[in-house]
Amino acid sequence: MDKFQEEVFSKGFKLDLWKKLIRYAKPYKNRLIVLSIYMAILAVFDAVIPLMQRYAIDNYIITKNTRGLLAFFIIYTLIMIIQAVVVKLMISSAGVVETGVCHDIRKDGFEHLQALSLSYYDNTPVGWMMSRLTSDIWRLGNVLSWGLVDFSWGFFMMVVTTVVMLVLDWKLALLTFTVIPVLFVVTIYFQRRILFNHRDIRKNNSLITAAFNEGIQGVKTTKTLVREEENLKEFRVLTGEMNRKCISAATFASVYMPIVTLLGSIGAGLVLWRGGNGVIAGRVSYGTMAVFIMFAVQFFFPIRDMARIFTDLQSAQASAERILSLLETKPDIKDDDEVINKYGTDKGKWPKITGNIEFRNVSFTYKTGEKVLEDFNLTVKPGETIALVGETGAGKSTIVNLACRFYEPTEGQIFIDGYDYTRMPMLWLHSNLGYVLQNPHLFSGTIRENIMYGKLDATEEEMIRASKLVNLHPIVERMEKGYDTQVGEGGSLLSTGEKQLVSFARAIISDPAIFVLDEATSSVDTETEYLIQQAIKNILKNRTSFIIAHRLSTIRSADRILVIRDGRILEEGTHSYLLSQKGYYARLYRNQFIVTAENS
Amino acid sequence: MKQEKRTVSAFSGEVIMKRIKVLKQFMRKNLLRYFSAILFSGISVLFSVVSPMVVSFAIDSVIGSEPMDLPAWLMRMVENYGGREALREKLWLLGLIFLVLQLLAGVFQYLRGRWIAISTENTAKNIRDTLYDHLQHMEYYEHVKSQTGDLTQRCTADVETTRNFLSGQLPQVGEILMNVTLTLIAMLSINVGLTLYSLCVVPFIFIASAVFFTKVRKVFKQVEQSDSELHTTLQENLTGVRVVKAFGRQSYEINKFSEKNSRHRGNVKRLIDTMSWYWSVSDLLCMAQAALVLFIAVSWAASGRITLGTVLLFTVYIRNLIWPIRHLGRVISDMGQAFVAFDRIIEILDKPAEPKDISGLKPEIKGNIVFKNVSFQYPDGTSPLKDISFEVKQGQTVGIIGPTGCGKSSLMHLLVRLFDYNEGSILIDGYELKEIDKKWLRSHIGIVLQEPFLFSKTVLENIKIANPKATRHDIENAARTAAIHDSIMSFEKGYDTLVGERGVTLSGGQVQRVAIARTVLKDHPILIFDDSLSAVDMETDLMIREALKEKSRGVTTFIISHRISTLAQADQIIVIDKGRIIQRGTHDELIREPGMYARIWAAQSEEEI
Repeated sequence: MDKFQEEVFSKGFKLDLWKKLIRYAKPYKNRLIVLSIYMAILAVFDAVIPLMQRYAIDNYIITKNTRGLLAFFIIYTLIMIIQAVVVKLMISSAGVVETGVCHDIRKDGFEHLQALSLSYYDNTPVGWMMSRLTSDIWRLGNVLSWGLVDFSWGFFMMVVTTVVMLVLDWKLALLTFTVIPVLFVVTIYFQRRILFNHRDIRKNNSLITAAFNEGIQGVKTTKTLVREEENLKEFRVLTGEMNRKCISAATFASVYMPIVTLLGSIGAGLVLWRGGNGVIAGRVSYGTMAVFIMFAVQFFFPIRDMARIFTDLQSAQASAERILSLLETKPDIKDDDEVINKYGTDKGKWPKITGNIEFRNVSFTYKTGEKVLEDFNLTVKPGETIALVGETGAGKSTIVNLACRFYEPTEGQIFIDGYDYTRMPMLWLHSNLGYVLQNPHLFSGTIRENIMYGKLDATEEEMIRASKLVNLHPIVERMEKGYDTQVGEGGSLLSTGEKQLVSFARAIISDPAIFVLDEATSSVDTETEYLIQQAIKNILKNRTSFIIAHRLSTIRSADRILVIRDGRILEEGTHSYLLSQKGYYARLYRNQFIVTAENS
Repeated sequence: MKQEKRTVSAFSGEVIMKRIKVLKQFMRKNLLRYFSAILFSGISVLFSVVSPMVVSFAIDSVIGSEPMDLPAWLMRMVENYGGREALREKLWLLGLIFLVLQLLAGVFQYLRGRWIAISTENTAKNIRDTLYDHLQHMEYYEHVKSQTGDLTQRCTADVETTRNFLSGQLPQVGEILMNVTLTLIAMLSINVGLTLYSLCVVPFIFIASAVFFTKVRKVFKQVEQSDSELHTTLQENLTGVRVVKAFGRQSYEINKFSEKNSRHRGNVKRLIDTMSWYWSVSDLLCMAQAALVLFIAVSWAASGRITLGTVLLFTVYIRNLIWPIRHLGRVISDMGQAFVAFDRIIEILDKPAEPKDISGLKPEIKGNIVFKNVSFQYPDGTSPLKDISFEVKQGQTVGIIGPTGCGKSSLMHLLVRLFDYNEGSILIDGYELKEIDKKWLRSHIGIVLQEPFLFSKTVLENIKIANPKATRHDIENAARTAAIHDSIMSFEKGYDTLVGERGVTLSGGQVQRVAIARTVLKDHPILIFDDSLSAVDMETDLMIREALKEKSRGVTTFIISHRISTLAQADQIIVIDKGRIIQRGTHDELIREPGMYARIWAAQSEEEI
């Protein structure tokens, strides 16, 4: 579980980490160079404008002379316009880099996720993967674009200002520079702490969100237990803590700007004192003094922007580490080169599957070391229906996952039509497999799109034939928009029964030789229940099928029932045979399958 | 049309007054502190406006030789000190004064920050606590009608928006207005003509940014839209990974995602491009205003109309004016969202709550229950129960059976007053149920819900909730009664195992048994098991019922179940279908009577035939 804890900062600078990620910046190399140039131009202009003012003071105001003033105005206006144009171009450019980098990493991340095997998904929370592909990538794109913008502006601005000040009056410059180290330290310290506090508060905030959620979802329990006051008391502790943290964070943050302004003012005060004396003594011009005061007050900005990159990089590094850990996970199951060379990608040239399946001495151990199957043997004839029965954790799902090649055996082999399936392309099996989950998973879109998911190039006739076969057609016809009805996110706009039927149709449309069904336990109304039973009957005809069975009717009609316990076949046979044995199955049958209420 | 109508009503006097009233209640004692904080920001602004004057004075009249243009009292002080010559000697003094003024500005800026934080965070806490409390007490029907996600959204995101309004937008507007006012006064006191030139472009800056940020919201919406599409596609892919793999649809998914990914990139890019226009154009406007002032000031100074110090002062002041005003346009256009958020919070608080004060009857409850022609109708018109009559004596066990959705659970909801019946009467020990105080009633009825909820606490705490005074011994006994003790002990951390969202996920049967333990921890005169053994296997079911029988002698017990074997021993069994009682009697009577009960019995005892 610790693996999924999110680190706020990553300690130290990890060069090899960034070296690996730098390839995402490569396509934008030219843009990034141009971007730095833009920032350099802006920094120079930002330093030039005070110099223009100095020139105006010394040449027009002090000398009371207006000659050349017009030319001065024109140059000034031009600089202004160029500056605005560069700002426009700079933002657009940075936008291209930001959105581009995000897009590219996200694309790679998604493609990689598609290749990863189920064992990865079993051990990784969906939320964790989501965060990698959203907020982490965003943070990385951000630091590579705007981070660079801030940093290069700050850097150039500081260099230009320093040089200008030293050239104008090195003594006064050195005096002003005395506040800079302090400014640097203060800025970095505050920015880190502020970011840190911010994260801390966010964590607290998610606790409050969870508490609200719990308070709302558990309201019935709360009311019946008369827990209202106690709950509120506990909630108040949470909000109290949030309150304290927020106030102390805000207090801390509100010290920051005054200190920075004050440091700038110390610089300005020093300039006024020493510079003023210089003016009186005639060593320093009015304009120079004015420029120094301006610089002293403004010196904070480049420092802030440069300091930001340190905190940004630290938090981006944590994101980068997580993204890389995702990108560098190797898929357990994939087509190796030999398979690709031998079979290519043309499905037409692959052997046709008739549906003979053999488990030969198959053992399976999870990565965690938990052994689920040991020396498992099973032969299934084409067209045979196998019902798997047993308690939760007995190994039923593992058998099905192995049959589907979601997992591969850790020992032993599985043959399909005599071929060891690990020596065949994955798609060979998967394009011949119909699969229905316990909780049917639909994708946003129409009913038609969801059915066609099983066969992308299906015709309308094929789609309707599949739909009719599973008794879905009459239900869809009654809907206002028919097959164009939206199913909603995850199928939320359909009822449970409708979702199941759609997932049946999806599984059956490509007429697969092998069918796998994890029967749903959730209750649906009597009429739908009947439709589902009929649909299952139609589907199973002439197909090799594995069923994790919960319905009595399905179990009864299976050709063979396998009673699984502790990863072994405990009993095997037809329903009536097993009942007559009065063994484990007979007991299980009494306890688990007679729960149904009136279905007549 | 609808949208327009809402906007109009959202700003009607009545609505605004309501907002202010509610907000005042939330702020309570923090109101004074809040407005003092805004006042502090004014004082801070005052010092920042005055401090550049020191520099300008130093340049003009100390370093330079312009006549000293000071108020009389200051003039006197300077003269007492020794006039220009003395000041020239001690120029550091002016630097120090400048510094002190800046320091004062800083101190007040800090105070403002702290006081705003204290008052808004306290207010936010009040809002959160009030919302939570209200949700706990809200009528159960309101919860049934609402969606958890929506309620949570209002309690979190909308509270956050409101908090940001109080801590950010509103004080910012105050500060900007004071800044503009004070700066303008200072400018006017120095040079009226130049002040007028300083204001030429300012209105355009404000209008441009207000209009822009109202317009740009459309682009924001598009970004949000494509972002949420991307999010959905990703989530559906990850949660549906088995489907994707089983159908070998990886490349199809990659194409689908790729399309959304590109569209999102396009939209974000468009947003950034739009923003780039805003920043460059508004920068140009601001710089043009500053430049205009500079040009005029320089030419006036060159011709001797104004001093160098004035030029410098105006270049500082003009900045105080234009950047905040540009920001003001943005803040004001964002403020609309805060009102919408706050209204959504008010909507929750306006939903009816169960009365909190304890006004109802508090009779001794023994467990004699009479239903007389009870009908119940939801406010939306559906009626799950019609004309229900039956009688239960203290200590009796009642079994209830019927198809899903027949009204069994609603019947039990009436008993604990999650809903109130519309017709007929329910008497408990002779008292009309509706007149008994809800909390009093509920604390005398132990109910195990069909889908019990466990809180994010340890197993021990979850059981203890029902009776905080229970000892460890009591708790383990209750767990044994519910046949869950052994399972709990098999967890790594035993009773200290964390359950719920952030802890271990228990199976449905385990959750039900923990809930049973919780309920039997306290002695109740009435017990209800609302299909609460459905996820437990038959043997355990039997064990639990045997253990309960011991414990609940003399307790009126309702058991709802689909299993005949669970109900067979009840004193009376009620069969409900479509909201009505269709059969009633003991098991032996009912199996002999043709009807639903006998049919279910036949189906369930099939294997013995």
